[in-house]
Amino acid sequence: MTAALLEVEGLAKHFGGFTALDGIALRVASGERVGLIGPNGSGKSTLVNCLCGTLRNEAGTVRFDGRVMDGLAAHQRTRLGMARSFQLPKPFGSLTVAENLRIPLLYAVNARTDGHLSTDQIDARCHELLGLVGLGEKATLRPRDLTQVEMRKLELARAVATAPKLLIADEAMAGLSHSEVDDILALLLRLNAQGITIILIEHIMRAVMSFSERLVVLVAGRKIADGTPQEVVRNPEVERAYLGE
Amino acid sequence: MEISLDLLLSAIMAGILLGGFYAAVTVGVSISFGMLDIVNIAHPAFIILGSYAAYILNASFGLDPILAAFLMLPVFYALGAAIYQIYHLVFERRGDEALRGLAFFFGLLFITEVALVLVFGVDYRFVNAAYVGITLHYGPIDLPLRMLVPFAISILLMIGLQLFLSCSFIGRAIQAVSQDRLALQLMAANPTKIKRIAFAISIATAALAGAFLIIIQPVEPSIGRDYIGRVFAICVLGGLGSFPGLVAAALLLGVVESVTSTFYGPSWAPAVAFGFLLLTLALRPAGLMGR
Amino acid sequence: MGRMRNSTFWAAAFAVGAVFFGLSLLVPNDYYFFAGYVVLQYIVLATAWNILGGYTGYVNFGSAAFFALGAYSTVVMYKLLPLPVPLLVVIGGVISGAVGLGMGYLTLRLRGAFFSIATLALAVVVQTLITNWDFVGGSRGAYIIRPAHAPLLGNYIQYLFLVMLVLAVIAVGIARSIERSRLGFGFSSIRDDEQAAEAAGVPTLRLKLVATTLSGALMGMAGAPLPYYVTYLDPASGFNLAYAVNSIAMPLIGGMTSWIGPIIGAVFLGTIQQLATVTISSALNLLIVGALLVLFVVIAPNGIVGLVESRLRARRR
Repeated sequence: MTAALLEVEGLAKHFGGFTALDGIALRVASGERVGLIGPNGSGKSTLVNCLCGTLRNEAGTVRFDGRVMDGLAAHQRTRLGMARSFQLPKPFGSLTVAENLRIPLLYAVNARTDGHLSTDQIDARCHELLGLVGLGEKATLRPRDLTQVEMRKLELARAVATAPKLLIADEAMAGLSHSEVDDILALLLRLNAQGITIILIEHIMRAVMSFSERLVVLVAGRKIADGTPQEVVRNPEVERAYLGE
Repeated sequence: MEISLDLLLSAIMAGILLGGFYAAVTVGVSISFGMLDIVNIAHPAFIILGSYAAYILNASFGLDPILAAFLMLPVFYALGAAIYQIYHLVFERRGDEALRGLAFFFGLLFITEVALVLVFGVDYRFVNAAYVGITLHYGPIDLPLRMLVPFAISILLMIGLQLFLSCSFIGRAIQAVSQDRLALQLMAANPTKIKRIAFAISIATAALAGAFLIIIQPVEPSIGRDYIGRVFAICVLGGLGSFPGLVAAALLLGVVESVTSTFYGPSWAPAVAFGFLLLTLALRPAGLMGR
Repeated sequence: MGRMRNSTFWAAAFAVGAVFFGLSLLVPNDYYFFAGYVVLQYIVLATAWNILGGYTGYVNFGSAAFFALGAYSTVVMYKLLPLPVPLLVVIGGVISGAVGLGMGYLTLRLRGAFFSIATLALAVVVQTLITNWDFVGGSRGAYIIRPAHAPLLGNYIQYLFLVMLVLAVIAVGIARSIERSRLGFGFSSIRDDEQAAEAAGVPTLRLKLVATTLSGALMGMAGAPLPYYVTYLDPASGFNLAYAVNSIAMPLIGGMTSWIGPIIGAVFLGTIQQLATVTISSALNLLIVGALLVLFVVIAPNGIVGLVESRLRARRR
């Protein structure tokens, strides 16, 4: 059995007396498309934060690409290939849209031993990425001039700019129209075809169902299902606890 | 150096009384910083303002300073409401502008101090009250009334505020607002009114704390700066927003300062608070009674 | 000026400085050099503050502590072993930089507000320590006797003016170099959204420590010549509230996003204060600065530079 790209064992996180995550185990193979669903407050974002290093988990291990992640800061995990987009977009407000993408290129890509891009290459890559998400025309604008949808695309582009092996998209499609959801889905499928493993956290069921090879369900901090979308949807526990739209 | 037990006991007792006073000084910041996430570093300036208000009423009308403070409560409340309104309009609504908010309060701190210097000069001011000179003696322990009275009223103040927060409708609304900030950002204007009330209360406490201060020691405008370190040290040590923790931390700080002061000299007092603050920040940012 | 290469900027800055100094030597009045020293000193302080404040978003209320540490390290050296002023500047920078690093290490892993509060308390504590330290004169202060001959020029105050001018050019040059560099982008990302910066691969703690150390070091360097300038230094004047307020007010009023802002703020406010100290009381003087600070924070947060920029943008439409 090939080693998984991401291995999570017994992950636990508490906030005071409240248990947000209760012993989560998860394996994601390289190149897989995994969907993560669960009701609001089930711990999805907490899980993402613990995986990426924004929060420190109290128990359990996270192993990425064979390396133990415990104790590594978020920026180190990003440099090792783990990227995430934020649920509520967090752009760099004082920089232009294009400059927003410079940051991950300067600090994630260029920090790697094999990753040195020259200034011209960085400029080119910024524009390439903007084109990829359809923001090519908005390169010189500031994030505050973008629409909500465009900000989400920028958010995704910034995560992709880090040249990740694993991309965790945290509710990137919330509030988007039907065709916009299709756009993002197409983008994610393209990225996956290029070799990027993707964990998609979403509430929009049709997107998750069509996108995922495997579906993981989180309820009240516990994983209650983990299998193909068809199996999971038929799982009575999942039906009982959560079945969205 | 021989540590006389009597001296130690006196120092500890004085420290406890001092700690009660520190609790009153800090409770305002516990509300504004601990519950509302507003870094009001100008709070000590309002306390000094309260001291001078008590001084004026005492010197001109012979009013007891604590009575004067109660008279000033509505004035300070209104002042707090006004300041919050400005803060909210300028800073909170535009999003996360922590830097400018800090600069704003620093400016207020500064302006207040300099204005007081211009009006009153740098001479020390003090009040005349019936109990200022009297000291009760219990064996080796001295209880100067000028420390005991503020201590007693401080404790009453803390209990009163705790009851208000737990039992009254507005009090519970304030607690709710402090715990759910994300919900706050997604909601409409109503929480603003609650926060304004809370901030106004925090400034009102400064009126009382100011009266306590000028009873305990003579006051001049720059004293406020000594209290910034103490106030935030107590807040962080006691856990932001927790009143019992605040009282415990205040008493602890009071005792350590008093003992240090007695055996090493009073000029080291500000360093004690800062040492506490640094230690707490480095070791246990959640505070004594925190999570 | 925006497109100028770094090396060109440094050359131009030194050239401007040289011309400025040359012209200054024509002024017969020594008072010009006394006042000019203060304004140049504020340029360094404001620029230093802005590297941590305007660029990185962390507010330092304790500039006086770093500044005074530089001044008092000179006092210590004066009592131990007389050294030339430029060397004292370096020593002041090293000491203040080290303190900045230490304090940053303790407080920068927490929220920005805690860092700011810690800087406030730091100022009080350093002042307490120095006031209690008899070797440097404690609260009674220390007397410094200037050397009989100034190196290069003969007139000692002109010499100090030159030292401070060079320091100002260096500080501004550093600020501008940072602005256009990878480091500057890193700082901006931290200021705008630290969590997102960290997720994008920016080593936020390391960069914040760089900013704090650099800022503290420059402030210490600005303070190092002070004892020779005033010839009598006591904690009250070394830790004067004016330093803390001015180092915040000047970048804020001038404009925090660019290297020009602190210069504009320092020249504007510094000149006003130099004139005002002669005519009105220093307390009223400081009150005006404080009021201007609050006014600008509320109304024009991007300072004079920001106002000019929005004028230009409006005219372009």
